[in-house]
Amino acid sequence: MLSNLANLFRYRGLIQSLVARELKARYRGSALGFLWSFINPLLFLLIYTFVFAVVLPALHSKELEPFALFMFAGILPWTWFSSALSESAGSLISGGNLIKKVLFPAEILPLVSVLANMIHFFLGLPILIGFLVYYQRWPDAWDLLWFPVTVVVQLVFTAALALILAALTVHFRDIRDILANVLTLWFFSTPILYWIKEAPGFSKAVLDVNPMTHVVVSYQEILFFRGPIGHWKWLLATGAMSALLFLAGFWLFDRLRDSFAESV
Amino acid sequence: MTSAIELVNVSKVYRRYSGRHFSTLKSALLQRSILRDLRPSETFPALSGVTFTVPKGSTYGVIGRNGSGKSTALKLVAGITKPTSGQVHVDGRISALIELGAGFHPEISGRENVFINGIMLGLTKREIHERFDEIVDFAELREFIDAPVKTYSSGMYMRLGFAVAIHVNPDVLLVDEVLAVGDEGFTHKCLDKFAEFRRRGKTILLVTHSLNLVERFCDEALWLDEGHAMTHGDPKRVVGAYLTKVSEGEEVLLASTSAKAVEEATRASASEDGGDAPPAEHPVDPTSNMFEATEGRWGSREVEIVDVLLLDASGQPAHVFHSGDAMAVRLKVRASKPTDDFVFGIGLFNAEGVCCYGTNTLLEDMSPQHLEDEAEVTFAIDALDLVEGTYKVDVAVHKQDGYQYDYHRLLYTFRVKSRVRDVGIYRPRHRWAFSPTVRFRSQ
Repeated sequence: MLSNLANLFRYRGLIQSLVARELKARYRGSALGFLWSFINPLLFLLIYTFVFAVVLPALHSKELEPFALFMFAGILPWTWFSSALSESAGSLISGGNLIKKVLFPAEILPLVSVLANMIHFFLGLPILIGFLVYYQRWPDAWDLLWFPVTVVVQLVFTAALALILAALTVHFRDIRDILANVLTLWFFSTPILYWIKEAPGFSKAVLDVNPMTHVVVSYQEILFFRGPIGHWKWLLATGAMSALLFLAGFWLFDRLRDSFAESV
Repeated sequence: MTSAIELVNVSKVYRRYSGRHFSTLKSALLQRSILRDLRPSETFPALSGVTFTVPKGSTYGVIGRNGSGKSTALKLVAGITKPTSGQVHVDGRISALIELGAGFHPEISGRENVFINGIMLGLTKREIHERFDEIVDFAELREFIDAPVKTYSSGMYMRLGFAVAIHVNPDVLLVDEVLAVGDEGFTHKCLDKFAEFRRRGKTILLVTHSLNLVERFCDEALWLDEGHAMTHGDPKRVVGAYLTKVSEGEEVLLASTSAKAVEEATRASASEDGGDAPPAEHPVDPTSNMFEATEGRWGSREVEIVDVLLLDASGQPAHVFHSGDAMAVRLKVRASKPTDDFVFGIGLFNAEGVCCYGTNTLLEDMSPQHLEDEAEVTFAIDALDLVEGTYKVDVAVHKQDGYQYDYHRLLYTFRVKSRVRDVGIYRPRHRWAFSPTVRFRSQ
């Protein structure tokens, strides 16, 4: 297993070109091309802004103004998380030809899904910066140092789940269908459209169990709220947990590896 | 000589996982038995205890029927699957021509696919840069290299895949029946490339159905049958052993085909007659209904053909003959009452239903005198000068006026094999002669 983990590093050139291919192929043939990376989150945001800032403005407290910015700080990383998982769940099956016919390290496929979506996340950041400039909210320079940390924590957590889902989906195809519903539930169980501080006591416990809560809250504290980041302990704990989960996920993936070529 | 590939007592068991649905996923989760549930419910041995060694720099052919484990062996050598037991050692960089262009993405250009495919096959970006022109020229795709791969024809797709794989410059090249891609010209180019590989002392492992290629090209060959290594060594000997087995199998198959045809035709004619109904009018001349090549049996059975045997030169029943062999058709007939009006006839038809030859005793001026009880009639052919193919036999016994006693239409099948791929129906005995100014390479 350790040598396989080390192999991941050896394959970085392959991962790199596959991610590039993924990004190129996705918008090939569409008129707006790469612009979709900006337009998609923007449209998503417009819908939520319409619902929560125009139709139901009373639902959120004054501290969360401008609400669009608050939501965007959570929606952007969530989009990365959820599309990465839905894509990676089917990645081994759609890449079946590679696994069956070419000597190819299978774990690369889910990881490429995660990384390609991370690039989309990065491409969405200029919009966020645009919002910050527009509302004249300048995040603390020290807070910004936490931003890459948060990204890494999310990356490890997402990659861990991606490996597990990809490996299991080969054998249980139903996972892809269940996943869509689970992700919707998960979205509302993560404080993206509401403020964690406003969550009632009993639900706070539930939110704390959710690793994505700490990732999203960290983004919010870095990008939206002023003042020093208060959530870093939670974030680091989530990071440690994610690292363990990644090892466990990789172990499971490794265990099932030999069955892929025969089952996809 | 050191070995490039070594398989020691390798077995591979494929597992068939039973279909799992939501209920089993749920129960798998509830009973925490995911790993246990992933155990196979059925197994299928693809290779059993196969051992072989491919010396460095040699070309090694693997032959066998479909499903004999050839491709599995190749995948094991390539490392795509792991052996269930036994060891696989490979020395040097491998490139597998198993599925050409397996990693191509249809939406992006040929150029980008060459790079990604090359990296997948273990090249670095720089190496691909250096070889890019060579790859594109080899694939003959210079004008199309910037078009998305989805616009390629399947031949173009394969050519590009082949070009990339062959330019990986491996020490060990694995080839799985890929020479069927592309046109004649490209096939020649591939063979030239293989020859160049050989000259440079690279090892080639070739899985193919083309026995010709194995005989011409390989230093050694292995014959796999149902996952067992039958024999290996000199390609000519291995191919010979394989061909013998194939014709034995064909023999059994043809014998059962004939037996089934006779049984069915007999049953059909019995139910048709259903009593004393007069025998249906059927043309006497077998050539006149050659386009209606349906099997059947009819006649009054006053004289019955009870058995038909095809015999080889040694008098043994056979269904597979080589062009030029002797062959005999032996009829066992039984006359329910003595008769003085009978004609024995025979017809040979090829797979298209064309009558290759037809004759009967009347045409050959034999006047019937007496037939009673059991009798044997043998039609002996000294040399079966037919081209390769499957042939069917008509046998009949009837009166001189055409009244049918027993007519067996196309019920017996035999196969003619030939090492020469000549065409037509009939192979006249022939030889070529040349003036001294015409010369051929001796081979």
